[in-house]
Amino acid sequence: MSTASEAQPLQTGTIAEAHIQVKDLTMAYGSFVVQQDLTFTIRRGDIFIIMGDSGCGKSTLLRHMVGLKRPAKGQVLYEDKDFWAADPVERKEFMRNFGMSYQGSALWSSMTLAENIALPLQEYTDLSAADMREIAQLKLALVGLSGFEDYYPSEISGGMMKRAGLARAMALDPDILYFDEPSAGLDPISSSLLDDLILQLRDSLGATVVIVTHELASIFAIGNNSVFLDAEKKTMTATGDPKQLRDEETDPKIHRFLTRGKT
Amino acid sequence: MTDETTDKGYQLGFAAPAADTLQISLAGSWKIQHSLPSATQLEVELKKHPDVRKISFDSSAMTGWDSALLTFLVRTTALAIQNKLKVDESGLPDGVQRLLQLAAAVPERKGAHRESSKVPFLARVGNRASAATGSTTEALAFVGEATRSLGRLLRGKAQFRASDLVLTIQQTGSQALGIVALISFLVGVILAYIGAAQLATFGATMYVADLVGIGMARSMGAMMTGIIMAGRTGAAFAAQLGTMQVNEETDALETLGISSMDFLVLPRMLALILMMPLLCIYSDLFGILGGLFVSVMAFDIGIVEYLHRTQEAVQIRHFVVGVINATVYGVLVAIAGCYQGIKCGRSSSAVGAATTSAVVSGILLIVIATALLTVIFNVLGV
Repeated sequence: MSTASEAQPLQTGTIAEAHIQVKDLTMAYGSFVVQQDLTFTIRRGDIFIIMGDSGCGKSTLLRHMVGLKRPAKGQVLYEDKDFWAADPVERKEFMRNFGMSYQGSALWSSMTLAENIALPLQEYTDLSAADMREIAQLKLALVGLSGFEDYYPSEISGGMMKRAGLARAMALDPDILYFDEPSAGLDPISSSLLDDLILQLRDSLGATVVIVTHELASIFAIGNNSVFLDAEKKTMTATGDPKQLRDEETDPKIHRFLTRGKT
Repeated sequence: MTDETTDKGYQLGFAAPAADTLQISLAGSWKIQHSLPSATQLEVELKKHPDVRKISFDSSAMTGWDSALLTFLVRTTALAIQNKLKVDESGLPDGVQRLLQLAAAVPERKGAHRESSKVPFLARVGNRASAATGSTTEALAFVGEATRSLGRLLRGKAQFRASDLVLTIQQTGSQALGIVALISFLVGVILAYIGAAQLATFGATMYVADLVGIGMARSMGAMMTGIIMAGRTGAAFAAQLGTMQVNEETDALETLGISSMDFLVLPRMLALILMMPLLCIYSDLFGILGGLFVSVMAFDIGIVEYLHRTQEAVQIRHFVVGVINATVYGVLVAIAGCYQGIKCGRSSSAVGAATTSAVVSGILLIVIATALLTVIFNVLGV
């Protein structure tokens, strides 16, 4: 059975497993509370899905975890270290191990795709320009954009921008990948290729992946842990393997979500 | 039985088939080309029959319907719920029943309605005042961060791309040469005309060279260039950075651990600091040329005479004052533009507001700085 009560605080003996922990997190914009009392654990190597109704605060949760918004209450722990209690310099050190892909791609519009991917490489490695370009070409090839290295974001379609954003998130082969609605706007084949890519990244690089998504096919194909945020109750109502939730969860809302309303 | 007129296309009737039921008969064409019936008739009817517990419908004589019918039904249902009556929808066409179900499928999000409340005058004054103090603190914090960023640059630890700096220098400097030349020339012309007209009454027309030379070098060259830069470059910075905020590009930099202060603001500030002194001197020269043009054409002063007078009257210290002014203006315009861009909201109208504020605050700061610097230089006797 997977319910909110299963998200226990970290127990000794599983320290090596827990990669990211969220404890009693409350997210608010001023006095408007978005979500409260969020507590869940993401293990190393998990492909963790954040799901919920539209407007429940999934992207906001992501922003809290990557350092873009301070929590109103609660903690975000990376390998037991409190992320938000650290000073800005330490936080930047943490953030170097994240790769984030945004809902709107957030590509730097004054740079070509290759330059977009090369920027993180430029900042954090000593590679030569030629090497960086090769790596950029490789990353673009992995997302199916071979040949578009010298295009500007305004010259490619929305779906292509999305994939380029993913390539940039992977540039430094980060430990943790955050994807905000990666499949939105992608055709079914690209979406399935993306699923394969995510699995490969987890298997070969040992990356932990946190995905905000609605795409049920992907959720069941690759997700092995999840949290469900309820917009009305403003808290989490379930956590665990999505396939288990679909089969065993008794909450009607979650059941309808996971079966696309075919209750 | 009561009826509502038919020239509107629809017909609304009421009947009481049972003691506790009010039946609403819908006939004719219920489409939005005609006006929408209100629920007031229904209210009147309910008052006439206080024992009614249920509302039902008869749509057998209806010839067509669209959203007009749906809106009427929503109003009716709301009224019924208000009066605690049950609504029997079985007399309505199938399609209508399904649409009503769909509209009610997702419950209204509590707290989503925006309340428009009338805030009393004093409260509004208070809100404005605290907002103003808040933004002053923010602005000072920004200036502090910018200074630290410059510090990092001097220690060689700033993260920005040299290509960005070079590009901004080109946009700020070389692309502004045309407009600066034109405006400075014309300002020189204006100064010369006004000056010479007055000086002529004392027979001292040739001192117009002094007037134009010292005026441009000390003050007008820097000020005109500053205002041009505020309008052209300050606005550009605000728009660029504001749009990056809207597109989440600045967020993407932050999550990568790259300070947007170092990466975006520093090259822009540097470009202006480097270009303003050069543009100021360029502007001074064109101003003097403008004065020369007018003096030779309109006031019969020889070229050599004018230039000789200028050379005697305008000393290096005047140019230095102008260049110092210009550098200060460069910093102010850069800070005004970048600050408005970075704190821009996330919509296109916010970018417009940011651009406007950047230009206005840039010009305001330039004028305030001029006043302060004039006093300082006066006191120093420069």
